[in-house]
Amino acid sequence: MRFELHMALRFLKEGRMQTALILAGISTGVGVIIFISALIGGLQESIIDRTLGTQAHVVLRPPDDEARPQLDRQREDVLEHIQRPAQRLRSILNWPRLLTELRRRPGVTAASPTVAGSAFALRGTANRSVALRGVDPESYSGILDLRTRLTEGTFDLTGTHIVVGVELAKELGLSVGDTLRLTAPEDRSEVFTISGLFDVGNKDLNLRWVFVSLREGQTLMNLSGGVSTVEVKVRDIFSAEKEAQEIHAATGLKADSWMTLNSELLTGLRGQSSSSVMIQFFVIVAVMLGIASVLVVSVIQKGRQIGILRAFGTRREQVLRIFLLQGGLLGVVGSLGGIMLGTFLALFFQSMVSNQDGTPLFPVALTAALYARSVLVALITGLVGAWLPARRAANMDPAVAIRYE
Amino acid sequence: MNNSSAILQLQQVRKSYPGAVSTEVLHGIDIRINHGEFVALVGPSGSGKSTLLNILGLLDRPSSGTVEILGKDCTGLDDAGLTRLRGSSIGFVFQFHHLLPSFTAEENVFLPMLADTGHFKPEMRTRARGLLARIGLEGFETRPVSRLSGGQQQRVAIARALVMNPPLVLADEPTGNLDRASGQQTFEFMRRFNRELGTAFLLVTHDPGLAQRCDRILTLEDGCLINENKSSEADLKGALTAMR
Ligand SMILES: Nc1ncnc2c1ncn2[C@@H]1O[C@H](COP(=O)(O)OP(=O)(O)OP(=O)(O)O)[C@@H](O)[C@H]1O
Ligand SMILES: [Mg+2]
Repeated sequence: MRFELHMALRFLKEGRMQTALILAGISTGVGVIIFISALIGGLQESIIDRTLGTQAHVVLRPPDDEARPQLDRQREDVLEHIQRPAQRLRSILNWPRLLTELRRRPGVTAASPTVAGSAFALRGTANRSVALRGVDPESYSGILDLRTRLTEGTFDLTGTHIVVGVELAKELGLSVGDTLRLTAPEDRSEVFTISGLFDVGNKDLNLRWVFVSLREGQTLMNLSGGVSTVEVKVRDIFSAEKEAQEIHAATGLKADSWMTLNSELLTGLRGQSSSSVMIQFFVIVAVMLGIASVLVVSVIQKGRQIGILRAFGTRREQVLRIFLLQGGLLGVVGSLGGIMLGTFLALFFQSMVSNQDGTPLFPVALTAALYARSVLVALITGLVGAWLPARRAANMDPAVAIRYE
Repeated sequence: MNNSSAILQLQQVRKSYPGAVSTEVLHGIDIRINHGEFVALVGPSGSGKSTLLNILGLLDRPSSGTVEILGKDCTGLDDAGLTRLRGSSIGFVFQFHHLLPSFTAEENVFLPMLADTGHFKPEMRTRARGLLARIGLEGFETRPVSRLSGGQQQRVAIARALVMNPPLVLADEPTGNLDRASGQQTFEFMRRFNRELGTAFLLVTHDPGLAQRCDRILTLEDGCLINENKSSEADLKGALTAMR
């Protein structure tokens, strides 16, 4: 065993009580860091999940498409359309080639063509305005996998099959197998058979979204062979804006990322992150001071032994390393305790804060990366905290250290 | 005596401690210690014996004057150089044994070797055990030193001082804290190592009987060496008795 490591372990063992207390302190600190990180991380993940669960990361439109109210990008603002004279949807030019190009981009995981417009759903005397979405089921599953969100039936859009949300079904008294008439502007109209009901976890969307095949969408929207938007998913959700700008630059299409459409949410998340970082920073400082003060005391207590070691040929930098190692060891061992504590706290919290049905409100984000980062941070904290005491030990005058009993 | 047999040579060494009033503790000391010698250093309390020993042992630097070890001037050496030279050429035995309390006897003994190479090797343990056996501590090798008697601890300290096979061992009142019998025994062991291994010893002692049994006696008084003569035994005895 390395001499320095041997001595570091001995010294830590000799200072049993101090070692145990500071380890408890480090564990508490690291536990808090893990708990807060997991909590904030999980919360943010769940917020983003909820936001992006039904949204494409980037939506592409024809360049001269006029501005729509942004908040209703998804819902194809029906009222606006009704008040204005019916206007022709524009198609994205040469969209099949665009799709191929998009899918070739390394940052893009999925791209799907969509015909989106507003229509009326009629059933007997009841009618509702709906957001019609003509999609290609195959590629659309990369954007939003509706198959996993079905409560009834199948996700079948062949022929004149249609998939509607559970809320609309409730409102119009529909179930799988029933028929439903959709009427689009300029009185284009078609009768569809319901093949499935979905629930995307958003009441509004469950009421307004209806999915038909791309071809039926094109027919109803009078967009023969065209698509009104292309929806894109990216690998790293926080690179969505960058990706959008690159696509815009390359194609001239209007490209909106979820980040510009949810900028307030993003600001909120960033604020949350920075306060979490602040808390962690001060916890680290406190842990560092704790380690430093324990080792300062240890250097004083071990003065005689250090003097003996120096008298018998131990070099200054060896003494320095003995104490740096103690800091590092305390950090690493303490962080292992902290991982256990933080994990326990996070899981406990998760079990306390739950929905009525017992499922957690949001899952805490306990990841291997978080654990690894915590160990690393604790190691560095230990080394930095040990630096001054170690210097002090190394510079100790051996003649003074061994003089008096 | 020719120069080549000198282990250690001090010339005009002065030492003052800085303070409100700077006090000079050593006033121009000349000492020469040769290979294989067994030398006593005596003198009243506060006369500067420990200070001198620290300078001889490269634990402290003189304020002026030169220290030569094995013909090499140490004045210009930095701390690392001094440490290396100290580790290889000088062993220490302190008045209070100064062992590492939580270590076993053999660990204390091979510690200087461990510090020297950085890695443990089984030969170190073998060598430590050999020395402990020679100093009558067979069977105590793996006992923590805190559970040894004062005399046994001092013998462990002697074994430790010898483990690097240094040409010189500096012993500051090694028997001062022991009863007469253990003091005698400890002294005998040092004398024997001196004879068998040829290690030189410089021994600070307040015991005139022990000083008499050394090859040479250096007497320090108020920071000056006043007597380097073994012939005036009666004077010395008188002086030492008066001191007590
Ligand atoms: N670090 C120091 N700072 C100031 N003065 C010191 C220091 N160390 C020793 N002295 C002084 O130097 C003088 C000599 O001390 P030293 O310990 O060398 O004496 P000694 O001969 O070993 O005494 P004893 O027999 O009691 O061990 C004393 O007056 C002491 O007070
Ligand atoms: Mg002394």
